[in-house]
Amino acid sequence: MKPSQKEWISRLVDGLLPVFATLAALLVGAVMLLFLRVNPLQAYAALWEGAFGSSNALAETLVKATPLLLVALGICISFRGDVINIGGEGQMIVGALLAAWLGLTFTDWPGWVMIPAAMLAGFIGGAVWGGIPGFLKAYFNVNEILSTVMMNAIAVQLMNFLLRGPMIDPSQAELASKIPQTARLVEAFRLARLAPTRLHLGALIAVILAVLVYILLWRTTLGYRIRAVGQNPHASRYAGINVKRHIVMALLLSGAFAGLAGAVQVFGVNYRMITDGSASGFTGSAGFNGIVAALFGQLHPIWSIPASVLFGALLVGANSMQRAMQVPSALITALNGLVVVFVVSSEIWRQRRQRRRLASAPETESSPGSGAASPESAEEAV
Amino acid sequence: MISDLFSVTVLVGILASGIRLATPYLYAAIGETFGQRSGVLNLGVEGQMLLGAFAAFYVALKTGNLGLAVFVALLVGAVMGLAMAFVTVNLHAQQGISGIGFYLFGLGLSDLLFQKMLGTVETVKGFPKVDIPFLSDIPGLGEIFFSQSILVYGAYLLVPVAWFVLNKTTLGLKIRSVGENPEAADSLGVSVAGIRYFTITLGGTLSGLAGASLSIGLLNVFQQNMTSGLGFIAVALVYFGGWRPWGVLGGALLFSMVNALQLWIQVLGIPIPSDIAVMMPYVLTILVLVASVSRVRAPSALTKSFERDE
Repeated sequence: MKPSQKEWISRLVDGLLPVFATLAALLVGAVMLLFLRVNPLQAYAALWEGAFGSSNALAETLVKATPLLLVALGICISFRGDVINIGGEGQMIVGALLAAWLGLTFTDWPGWVMIPAAMLAGFIGGAVWGGIPGFLKAYFNVNEILSTVMMNAIAVQLMNFLLRGPMIDPSQAELASKIPQTARLVEAFRLARLAPTRLHLGALIAVILAVLVYILLWRTTLGYRIRAVGQNPHASRYAGINVKRHIVMALLLSGAFAGLAGAVQVFGVNYRMITDGSASGFTGSAGFNGIVAALFGQLHPIWSIPASVLFGALLVGANSMQRAMQVPSALITALNGLVVVFVVSSEIWRQRRQRRRLASAPETESSPGSGAASPESAEEAV
Repeated sequence: MISDLFSVTVLVGILASGIRLATPYLYAAIGETFGQRSGVLNLGVEGQMLLGAFAAFYVALKTGNLGLAVFVALLVGAVMGLAMAFVTVNLHAQQGISGIGFYLFGLGLSDLLFQKMLGTVETVKGFPKVDIPFLSDIPGLGEIFFSQSILVYGAYLLVPVAWFVLNKTTLGLKIRSVGENPEAADSLGVSVAGIRYFTITLGGTLSGLAGASLSIGLLNVFQQNMTSGLGFIAVALVYFGGWRPWGVLGGALLFSMVNALQLWIQVLGIPIPSDIAVMMPYVLTILVLVASVSRVRAPSALTKSFERDE
């Protein structure tokens, strides 16, 4: 059965809600800029120019979007399992530390062995850092929002400790300055560049993984169970699903993708780890902004791709806005927060319309033709 | 050097700074307790604190009027609380995520304002120590308990007040009933929305004060992200305290004492890497959450938005 025209329109509005939310946030941002006596049109023009104005700018946008997308993929998994993972920052750091350690220890490995191994190390490091809060939630009922935040703080200190001591660049260790950074990775280990810009293989890996996460969530038993547990843990238990194990899996996988994001940053962008003492010094707050991107993409791996590009663009554009208009890039952090608030607030209209649809035409909704292409209809299929 | 830790002066120093350091946790966590008892998880505490801290610092720097500075911080916190209340009560937004949104907003905005309006890290003359007559002369105990700033005393006074309001007043009963069973409370004529507006706004106000207690009480500076996770720990302390003010006090004291110990370890030059020492309170929080969470039951309606069936 084909959905009626009216239904198409309401679906379209649902899909565009995040766009409206972003426009609303930009509008609030414009008011803030006026208060700071900055012309908002000029500021946003500088932002656009910085993000898309040249092939270099576009490449930078995609470089920034890569960790966002990887973190967002993990967030799609955990939030669909009704597990709120705020630990992306820490998971990125631990994944990066493990990958960097591998790359700096086994310098004689060929590149085609090291790069997959390092990516795997990042994946594992993040999985461990996400798995611990998952385990504590499933078996000790510890709120995962709080434990992941604590794990972030612990990861930062771990990074500072390792980069100041055991993992410090040997040449820095001899100097008085003792900059807390590792040595550089050998050339053979660096992720290939895709164009004469800083764009690297990581972006491609992230897009491929987005498709794989889509398949995981909607075409495998594991994904089905994670979503089922997220929708209704009691019914899932009744259906024979091991709820605790799938809570752990949701956070573990979520952490793994963030850890991979950390490894990609080290092997694709920085070629070393360096700390300024804070988490965002290494992650660029991708652990938080990835959540924003995932929510914007309605927790759908494929929609997270354009969402990540958008927020990558905002971050890159913010830097050029800072240079051109002396507007601190912190403005974009604030606006990202507003986007989150507006997106979750706008959910109420989607839900109301959905309820109205269900009330008016129950038989259309349950038709198999609706497919699993959009997140809403897939949810109903669970 | 380890033996230095056990001299009386050092012990008194650790305890006195522990008592002092608990201040922001107490304000924020008691505020959060009210919200959670009414069924609302406010994760935006950190953002509210940062904005409160900046507002108080800026006013104190420009006018030198500490009372006004505190008032403005309360106001900023209240406005943030009202916004959070609107989003959670009227729009039924998922509380954990909208809280993160408010956190990012506060983080970004306080940083933006700092860079635009101040630019450099400056210090301000914050609240002075107030010696309580006679009591502050008691050796040891006087320095620990009775020679602190007015914001510190206020934080400790808040604990019995919160206990009294929650457990001995009609308002407290309404708050608890809304958090346990909003449908029943609603059918008895309690305004679920009204109560939640009140508790979330109160929580925001106290978070603003918590921020002020950092920027013009404990540290007397403002920096970007100066709270560095303090607001999230305050939320964790509410769980730790079993949603009871006295429990929250215990958690805040435990946490701040470990923090004070950690600071003194660094001061005394005891050979523990400072990064590892800084890590300790966070590890402790997780362990404490593991030990405490299964002990007490959370308010039944926590994180659930309420909509009357019509």
